Amino acid sequence: MDNSVIVSDIGKCFGHGNHKVRALDGVSLQVKRGELFGLIGPDGAGKTTLFRIVASLMLPDCGHAEVEGFDTVAQYREIRKIIGYMPGRFSLYQDLSVEENLKFFATLFGSDIKKSYPGIQPIYRYLEPFKKRKAGKLSGGMKQKLALCCALIHDPKVLLLDEPTTGVDPVSRKEFWEMLGLLQDKGITVIASTPYMNEAMRCHRVCLLQNGKVVGCDSPENIRRAFPFKVLSVKSAEMFRLLEELRRYPGCHACYPFGAYHHFYCKQGSVQADTLQQFLENQGYTDIKIKESEPTIEDCFMDLMSQGGKDGN
Amino acid sequence: MGIRERLLRERKAIQSLQDGYVIKVKDLTKKFGDFTAVDHISFEVRKGEIFGFLGANGAGKTTAIRMLCGLHRPTSGSGMVAGFDIATQQEDIKRHIGYMSQKFSLYNDLKVWENIRLFAGIYGVNENLIAKKTDILLSRLGFMAEKNTLVGELPLGWKQKLAFSVAIFHEPEIVFLDEPTGGVDPLTRRQFWELIYEAVSRGITVFVTTHYMDEAEYCNRVSMMVDGRIEMLDTPKNLRTHFGVESMEEVFTLVAQNATRKED
Repeated sequence: MDNSVIVSDIGKCFGHGNHKVRALDGVSLQVKRGELFGLIGPDGAGKTTLFRIVASLMLPDCGHAEVEGFDTVAQYREIRKIIGYMPGRFSLYQDLSVEENLKFFATLFGSDIKKSYPGIQPIYRYLEPFKKRKAGKLSGGMKQKLALCCALIHDPKVLLLDEPTTGVDPVSRKEFWEMLGLLQDKGITVIASTPYMNEAMRCHRVCLLQNGKVVGCDSPENIRRAFPFKVLSVKSAEMFRLLEELRRYPGCHACYPFGAYHHFYCKQGSVQADTLQQFLENQGYTDIKIKESEPTIEDCFMDLMSQGGKDGN
Repeated sequence: MGIRERLLRERKAIQSLQDGYVIKVKDLTKKFGDFTAVDHISFEVRKGEIFGFLGANGAGKTTAIRMLCGLHRPTSGSGMVAGFDIATQQEDIKRHIGYMSQKFSLYNDLKVWENIRLFAGIYGVNENLIAKKTDILLSRLGFMAEKNTLVGELPLGWKQKLAFSVAIFHEPEIVFLDEPTGGVDPLTRRQFWELIYEAVSRGITVFVTTHYMDEAEYCNRVSMMVDGRIEMLDTPKNLRTHFGVESMEEVFTLVAQNATRKED
C-alpha cells in the first residue's frame, strides 16, 4: 500500500432548508506516503471541512476516508495517534509558555520533550531561545513554528496543516516551507492548504478545490503545462487604466494584475506583441513593455476559478 | 469641547493638509517597558497616494499603525495625521480616518445594511444620506441581493470587500488597511485591489500592509520596517533597481534578513 491518505466520494452538508450549504460534494483523492500535497481553493471551497473529516474530527454524510489504512469513522482512535493536525486558527494556550505548551501536548500523547526532542529539533531550535515566553506574546511566524512543533511532538505519520502560513511574512513563510522539506526526508506525509500560490509550487502535487468539488489535481508542472492560453506580460507608466484597456482588446481572454506587470491571456495566439505595442502607443501609453511569459500556477488557478462561476466570490 | 472649538480645530486641520501631506511623522517612538517596539520612525504620506507599509512579523507595523490611528499614545516623537496632532488630538484623528483591522470586525449577527447603518452612524453620517449611499454602494459591489443577509453568512472575500466599503463610507481623508487580503484567494485579492484603486480615484489616501509581495508593486511607494525602524522607503521600481533584483519578494528578503530581532 503506497497511499497514505485515501478520500473516496466524500460529501458533507451544513445547515437546513434554504440555508443548506454543500461544503463537500463527492471529493475523492489519494495522497501517497511521504508526499507533500497542497490543497488550494477559495475561502468556503471546503478545505477546512476536508481536513476535519480526514482528522476524524467530523463525520462525513457519505463516502469514506482512511489514513494509513485506518477508517476515519470506525478507527478514529488509531488515527488520532498517528496524525498531527494544525488547525487554521491558532489553538495553543496563549497564557502558557513555549515550553509549557510543548510539555502539555507531549504529555497528552504519553511522551515528554526529551523523548521527542530529536523529532522536533530542526524546528525547535528556532524557538528554544524564547522557551520561557508566553505563546500569546510570540509573533505570527514564531507561533506557527510552535504550533508545528506541537503537531510533531508524538512523531506522527501524517501531518495535516490548515493554512499554516496565512498572515505570516515572506521570510518566515519560506523558513516554514523549508522545515516541511526536512520532514519529507523522514517520510512524513504532509497535506497543507495555502492561499499563496508560490508555496503551492513547492508541493509534489496540488489539488484545486472549489465549491466542494475537485477542479484539478496534478503536479504543479503539469498544471502549468495544461494552461491553454499564451501569456503576455504588459506594463506601462499608467497601470490601472491599462488594465481596463487590455480587457477590451480583441483576443483578450482575461487580464489580471501580477505585481509590476499585467498578465494578458491571449485566445489561440491571436494577439501579436508588436501589434499590441503599436496599439498602446497610439492610445498614448508610455514606457510600454511587453514580453511573453510562462504561465504561473497562479495564472492557472485564477483561470480555473473564473470558469467555476460566481461562487468563487 | 464646544462645537465652536471643534470647528476651529477642523479648519486648522484642513489648512495644514493643503501642503499635500496626509501623514507627517517625525521620530515616532513607542516603548513597552524597556522594549522599543517602534524606534524613531519618520516619514510622510502624500494625499492620494497608495502607501505600502511592509515589514516582517514582529517588526512593529501594527504598533505604528495603532499610533497613527490614535489608538496608542506615542512615547515620544511628533506628527500629524489627517491634519490633527498625533499626540494631543487623537479623538479628532479617529473621526477623520478609516480603519480596517486584520481581524474581521463587522458584526456577523447583523445584516449587511445594519452593519453599514451602524458604522456610518458612529462616524456621524446623516441618516438620509446613509440610506441613499447604502443602495449605491451595494449595487456597485453587486451585493444588492445580499442587503438583508447576515454578514456571518457571507464568504470571506465578500466580507473583506464589505469591510473596506464600510471603512470608507464616511469619505475619510485616509484609510488604514491592516493586511486586508490575508488568506484571501488570488482572484478575490485582485478584485479587492480594484476597489482600492477606485477609492484612490475618489481622492482617498490608502495606507496598506500586506504579506503578498505582488501587492507591494501596486503601491506608489513602500516602506520596509525592520526591528522597529524604517529601513527603506521608495517606489517599488527604485527599490528593485537599488538592489538589482526583479521582484519585491527579493527586495523584502534582502532587507528583512538584516533583522536581529526575531521576536516582538
